[in-house]
Amino acid sequence: MRFSIYRYNPESGAKPSMQDYVLDTPPEGKMLLDAILALKDIDPTLSVRRSCREGVCGSDAMNINGQNGLACITPLADLKQPIELRPLPGLPVIRDLIVDLTQFYQQYRSIQPYLINHDPEPEIERLQSPAQRAELDGAYECILCACCSTACPSFWWNPDKFVGPAGLLQAYRFIADSRDQATNARLDDLEDPYRLFRCHGIMNCVEVCPKGLNPTEAIGNIKALLVNRTV
Amino acid sequence: MSLPKRTFDALVIGAGGGGLRAALQLADADLKVAVVSKVFPTRSHTVAAQGGINAALGNVTPDNWHWHMYDTVKGSDYLGDQDAIEFMCRAAAQTVRELEHYGLPFSRLDNGKIYQRTFGGQSTHFGQGQAVRACAAADRTGHAMLHTLYQQNIRAKTHFFDEFYALDLVKDEEGYVLGVVALEIESGEPLLIEARTTLLATGGAARIFRTSTNALINTGDGLGMALRAGIPLQDMEFFQFHPTGIAGVGNLISEAARGEGGFLVNRHGERFMQRYAPATTDLASRDVVSRAILTEVRAGNGCGEQGDHVWLKLDHLGADKIKSRLPGIRDLARRFAHADPIEAPIPVFPTAHYMMGGIPSNRHGQVVAPTATGPEEAVPGLYAVGECACVSVHGANRLGGNSLLDIVVFGRAAGSHMLDYLRENPYPRPIPREATELALARLARWTRAGQGETIPEIREAMRKIMEDHCGVFRSSAGLREGVEKMQVLRERFSRAVLHDQSKIFNTARIEALELENMLETALASIVSASARQESRGAHSQVDFPARDDKNWLKHSLYFLDGDRLDYKPVRLKPLTVESFPPVPRTY
Repeated sequence: MRFSIYRYNPESGAKPSMQDYVLDTPPEGKMLLDAILALKDIDPTLSVRRSCREGVCGSDAMNINGQNGLACITPLADLKQPIELRPLPGLPVIRDLIVDLTQFYQQYRSIQPYLINHDPEPEIERLQSPAQRAELDGAYECILCACCSTACPSFWWNPDKFVGPAGLLQAYRFIADSRDQATNARLDDLEDPYRLFRCHGIMNCVEVCPKGLNPTEAIGNIKALLVNRTV
Repeated sequence: MSLPKRTFDALVIGAGGGGLRAALQLADADLKVAVVSKVFPTRSHTVAAQGGINAALGNVTPDNWHWHMYDTVKGSDYLGDQDAIEFMCRAAAQTVRELEHYGLPFSRLDNGKIYQRTFGGQSTHFGQGQAVRACAAADRTGHAMLHTLYQQNIRAKTHFFDEFYALDLVKDEEGYVLGVVALEIESGEPLLIEARTTLLATGGAARIFRTSTNALINTGDGLGMALRAGIPLQDMEFFQFHPTGIAGVGNLISEAARGEGGFLVNRHGERFMQRYAPATTDLASRDVVSRAILTEVRAGNGCGEQGDHVWLKLDHLGADKIKSRLPGIRDLARRFAHADPIEAPIPVFPTAHYMMGGIPSNRHGQVVAPTATGPEEAVPGLYAVGECACVSVHGANRLGGNSLLDIVVFGRAAGSHMLDYLRENPYPRPIPREATELALARLARWTRAGQGETIPEIREAMRKIMEDHCGVFRSSAGLREGVEKMQVLRERFSRAVLHDQSKIFNTARIEALELENMLETALASIVSASARQESRGAHSQVDFPARDDKNWLKHSLYFLDGDRLDYKPVRLKPLTVESFPPVPRTY
């Protein structure tokens, strides 16, 4: 298998470049992360984040043959060679395939990503019908891998002002929660030319989400709620 | 060398469910809390927990914490400490409801209450019926819990040191733990984080095995730190092999699959668990099911071309139930086993999963070690919870759904006790100059140049030794040989070299530091296993096939110094109820 991998080490003084690697094992049944870790055993300087190796922790998001995805759940056999690996686009690169996610996390924190409910806590659980709970499906499963936000041209241009698809999906997760009492404040916060309305429905986020979630739909739902409360 | 320093009231090392629950308790009390984690918090391994968290809510069928306690004691093969088990099972319902109030998106029953499902080893009326006790958010309960706890810590303004790797604890001469030296992974610079009390919540270490359900980050970092601080590790011979890892790759298929009605078959299509556990069949305890699978495969009843696994059948549940209750498992099976459980069985095999042992602690989360004055004296300022700790609530075998419970119950308890400790110790103690030397020496060791073996070579050798000598079935001769090999490997490791000397985000250096912790953990495990001449829970010794309560109803303690072992009694006396005396354990 042939690879072409983005290399950058700020200590070396050299500019970023693509490095070719060859791995002499058959790709069948293996994931891309398996290959990257095998390459790292040969070249320890090759740097990548990884943890769960099964698509639930969101560490190993990268740009794979031009599309964002998680290396650990991308089958090697499906990839055209040489497999070109680059860091997630639009964010500062720390080293090799590792990007600085500070702005991405800042946007997540900015939407107050926690349940707000001012009532005294009942002795038992707060009740929620299966239908109310179903409203959270497709929103709570986000793993904060940043594949979506770093595939979004609006986020590339305004990562400091546009919340981005991941943050907006999480904002919707709390708006949609029947237990949350801060819907109006959440909508006020998002009613802004940048925070929400930089989304132009390009839908790159939907295409790349490794969990099959649909941030564009959630953003559309937020916009509809904003319209509905003015009429 | 003078280190940059940050100062907090309390320090939490590890940002999984246990660490974040403790941090929340402290931050909500308006203390300055730092959480140090080598990965961004939601990348911690709690995120991978699937099936559920046990609490006798009784939402589906009548239930009682006392029955849960009985099941946990029995599941532990009577090695669990009954005071801690009573504490955990009593606290379960309140702790789970509190998570719901925090926003955890539990699945729901038609009446709006938290959804609960059946899990292995869980009974009603002290072993009479099958309990429905595991509270679940589909099959992503750990993900839902970890994100919820991280979100609450954002609200509570906890200080996070993301991507900082803890090197070693900082102690003074009187043994007070005063913080940690951590490496900022991005800059490669060490930092002293000072705190009056420190909690270890660094999770498990099942990456010491070749095939594991665990995340790659589960390298026993807290265990190594404890050992190097002179603290022993308890009951390290007890490693759980989950019956249903995906064959060959190891990814976890939750017990929820069997809880929802799935079952195991051999190549003849036989539901073989009916022979091994007539009463509970596929929902017997994990150690029982893992041994049964291995026995079937060794008897030539395995499935597939190599006959090296068995099948987990779910197709009879129907597409709707699989899609709504087990969506994550379906996803994993399709990706990693190329089998859609709606149509085809999943190939499974026992896989290293969970460490019942760990840093000895009590039900307040205090780390306890033997001293001149007693066998269980608190190490001042130091706490441990979750998989890295050994309270012990799991004894020789953990029940499914009890690990998510363990982390939140004892995370909460430790946070509360740390508040008391901080009130009693209002002023920071001076940090002696030499207190940071251990950590800095650990770092400096990897600057050595020259020829030597590489980290991956030694890591793979360690995993092979654990697999060959310390697996589901163990023998006296095999363990003896394994100990010798592992001690030789430790020597080889002392001469290994690091071929990347850069500073910025040097993951190769982190892997070298992690391997040191893994090797110490592996030695603790295999040395403890080699000494225990009985079979109990997850420790199946073919030369000593029976449980031996006369000689071995006791906890092992492994000390790094000279690979020395000591023992201490099991706490058989609960807090308020009658003790469950050891009786033969059948399912």
